[in-house]
Amino acid sequence: MSNTVIKIENLSKIYRLGEVGTGTLSHDLNRFVRMNILGQDDPYAKVGHVNDRTQKAEKGELVAALRDINLEVKEGEVLGIIGKNGAGKSTLLKLLSRVTSPTTGSIKVKGRLASLLEVGTGFHPEMTGRENIYMNGTIMGMRKWEIDRKLDEIVEFAGVAKYLDTPTKRYSSGMTVRLGFAIAAHLEPEILVVDEVLAVGDAEFQKKAIGKMQDVSQNQGRTVLFVSHNMASIQYLCNRALVLQNGGYLFDGDVSDGINLYLANNMAKSEKDLIDRTDRKGGYNFRFTNVNLLNERHEKINLLQAGLKCKIELEYKLLENTKIIGIRMLIVDNKGVVRILCNSGLVNQTPKIFNKTDKGKVLFSFSKFPLPEGEYSLQLSCYTEDGIGDDIEHAYSVTVEGGDFYGFGKEAVVKEGVLVNYDVEC
Amino acid sequence: MEKYDLIIRPKRHAFDINFKEIWQYRDLLRMFVKRDIITVYKQTILGPIWFVVQPILTTLIYMVVFGRIAQISTDGTPQILFYLAGITIWNYFSESFNKTAQTFKENANIFGKVYFPRLIMPFAKVTSGLIKFGIQFAFFMAVYLYYLLTQEGAVQPNWSIALLPVYIILMAMFGLGTGIIFTSWTTKYRDLTFLLTFGVQLLMYASPVIYPVSSIPEGTMRDILLLNPFTPILEGFKYAFLGAGHFSWASLGYSAAVATVILFLGIIIFHKTERNFIDTV
Repeated sequence: MSNTVIKIENLSKIYRLGEVGTGTLSHDLNRFVRMNILGQDDPYAKVGHVNDRTQKAEKGELVAALRDINLEVKEGEVLGIIGKNGAGKSTLLKLLSRVTSPTTGSIKVKGRLASLLEVGTGFHPEMTGRENIYMNGTIMGMRKWEIDRKLDEIVEFAGVAKYLDTPTKRYSSGMTVRLGFAIAAHLEPEILVVDEVLAVGDAEFQKKAIGKMQDVSQNQGRTVLFVSHNMASIQYLCNRALVLQNGGYLFDGDVSDGINLYLANNMAKSEKDLIDRTDRKGGYNFRFTNVNLLNERHEKINLLQAGLKCKIELEYKLLENTKIIGIRMLIVDNKGVVRILCNSGLVNQTPKIFNKTDKGKVLFSFSKFPLPEGEYSLQLSCYTEDGIGDDIEHAYSVTVEGGDFYGFGKEAVVKEGVLVNYDVEC
Repeated sequence: MEKYDLIIRPKRHAFDINFKEIWQYRDLLRMFVKRDIITVYKQTILGPIWFVVQPILTTLIYMVVFGRIAQISTDGTPQILFYLAGITIWNYFSESFNKTAQTFKENANIFGKVYFPRLIMPFAKVTSGLIKFGIQFAFFMAVYLYYLLTQEGAVQPNWSIALLPVYIILMAMFGLGTGIIFTSWTTKYRDLTFLLTFGVQLLMYASPVIYPVSSIPEGTMRDILLLNPFTPILEGFKYAFLGAGHFSWASLGYSAAVATVILFLGIIIFHKTERNFIDTV
């Protein structure tokens, strides 16, 4: 039976930029004097940071962190919520967990809703394991008798039976996390909210959280809302995707389609047009003009994903008659390490373009994009018969999302190196 | 029509406070109180003894400064008892106020993560403050009994000792009410925090804690002092135990009315703030 467990109607959350308290009375007085008496701009107006992070907010401008969201989640669904930063994911979660209240609309929830961001909330190092179990459990809305009933299970799951009456400051960090997680796991919520962004740092915990999610959704038929930037986990775990953009929703439906759409829409294009950049060597007879990331259907995308079939297309233009010897693309990580070097000369491909004002393209294709999740930049260079044609560092920044490179829904925790296929025998 | 367990809507009506929900979370209140007690005991060497050291030292200083140097009357009662009585009951208010006035600031982290009725937090602070009050009161009683038993006629307890719980409840209401108003305002204006410590101190000097009402000459000054809603509580408390001071049902009723209004206002303001405070911190 597919029962609606969450029903969201016309939900909006509006933040008023610049009108939010500045924090001190003197600032507010200062603002009042400047704006209303001297007629100046609001000196404390925040730059629009919720949605469009490049535009300055008008004073008192209203920004909808979420607008007119309508959503129904059925029992047993695993809904992946994707969207770039500022798309409204966190706001939606905050509203769901009642940390803040909506501006319009309503959320109706059937059953208990718990979120894994609450792990260990209220723990006090001076209190014993037992006391902290009660503390954390009651914060999450459990009654004392419920905890009494589940105490043994929680203790067993966390493996802290021996230290139950020891203050948690004597626990190792792993034990503390296990204990916190054990409590959350025994809340037995009908709806579980997981925000992976907030769980970063502890790989073991993430693994456990995801394992629990799987268990909860697949074996117990409960509903899960999952927010993540990791497309591999979304793809692997969810059976429905919701793509948010600028507070509204862009897509709701099949997971693969949602992910593709997200990759295509994410991230604004590089800051300045490549052709106009002055921080380059050369550029007199040859210039790179543009970079495009393409998917296998040759459509432009803005994000790559580990394991994705994709192409990187470099557009260029000749300013003088010359002969190109080789075009090289380095993919450099944010520590400056060159991860991948592609050179058209190495594979005996050289453009057949020689004349001034001719335009051309070079395509580097990857059957499975071999870099793990991270931020990378492209360094592009070209050698011509007259020497260096063009050499430009940080020509384009590329965000790579985690992906299912090996096809088992797993990823290395360490985001180093290059992904290659290999055989293992054991 | 489908039934939902929880409906989240925009800002509720100002008076729509869900007391039923607060009641459902009463176990959490108990845990917060327990946590306060445990952490206070465990973090210090002398533990609760500090609770007694503070009134002793303060009393000694008052005896020197106000008793000896300024020679302010204590209505004929032993100075040590007079000051101790004032400090004990006043401390409960100032403690409750100081603790609840930081509710939002100190719990921003928890409040940002999980929902529970926010009023639980200040309620818990006022409740755990009772422990400290209890210890200080016990110390007061020890000194008091010494005088009562050894020095004939030094103190004259009377029937109004029975009103002690009323005085304590009124102080709790004042502490809680002003505290939650304060914490709501400080989410918007951080600089109000500076008022916090010396504000209470100023208020103490404006209330008959270390001097009796009778030491103020009749006239405007005394009228103003009698308008202070703390006056009936402080005078009544001293009257009950020491037999010096004023007591009247009318003034007590006035004080109770002010306490109720402040608490009521506080809950409304707090309630309005709690819904969205996480957006402004």
